[in-house]
Amino acid sequence: MSRRSHSSVAAKRRTHALVLAALGDATRLSLVAKLCRGQPRSISQLTRGSKLTRQAITKHLRVLESVGIVHGVRKGRESRFEFDPEPLGGIKEYVDFVSEQWDQALSRLKSFVED
Amino acid sequence: MNSVIEKRIELKAPISRVWRALTDYREFGEWFRVKLDGPFVPGQVSRGQITYPGYEHVKWEAVVQKMEHERLFSFTWPHPNSLEKVDCPPDYSGAPTTLVEFRLEKTASGTLLVLTESGFDKLPGDRRLEAFQRNDGGWTEQMKNVENYLAENHVAQKP
Repeated sequence: MSRRSHSSVAAKRRTHALVLAALGDATRLSLVAKLCRGQPRSISQLTRGSKLTRQAITKHLRVLESVGIVHGVRKGRESRFEFDPEPLGGIKEYVDFVSEQWDQALSRLKSFVED
Repeated sequence: MNSVIEKRIELKAPISRVWRALTDYREFGEWFRVKLDGPFVPGQVSRGQITYPGYEHVKWEAVVQKMEHERLFSFTWPHPNSLEKVDCPPDYSGAPTTLVEFRLEKTASGTLLVLTESGFDKLPGDRRLEAFQRNDGGWTEQMKNVENYLAENHVAQKP
């Protein structure tokens, strides 16, 4: 492995580690799970159904924001938070995963029809 | 962005054999590893249960699009938020779909199968989170990396 690619892998790992450290908390993980659905949510929406206060939820959102997987967006008078998967890798990883599943399925199909 | 998967595979079997393996729901289930409730009918939903080890909790759901005899078989299927069992069973309601097409061509030695899956650009970010988890060996492994990293770098992550 070249020095350059090694350092880029290291950088990627470092980002992942920070993101995961931010996610390594039940409250923050549940906030991300809510935001993952695609719709930006306000703090009130995110606080609803939780035992935590607005302040506590805000604090957790700031931690997620600090590693870049959550962004605050202003909508009128209200701040909304949205999920940004970019630090976790692009959609390409998912397509690669599906692609690999097809390779396996098609090789099973090949043995199935050629037997 | 590359959001189309294309696979070409040469099969040493007559086109009629390949067509049956693709469109007979029992035969499809054999190699795809899914137990389907009934035959494929264009315009109708096909339902079943995945039999692939580790994914038996996942439901199969697809809408059959085209069945042009020995030429083209296609369906759309949803990519739910997560296929993992951790939180809850996969939720297919309103999940974005991709189009899967199998095209067949007769060749000297058998059949050329061209598979395409398109429409990944419609998928929202949460699928990336899942792909990330898969590609990086899961949470347990990652949490170890996190611990090591934090220990080495003395990073405080508590709010």
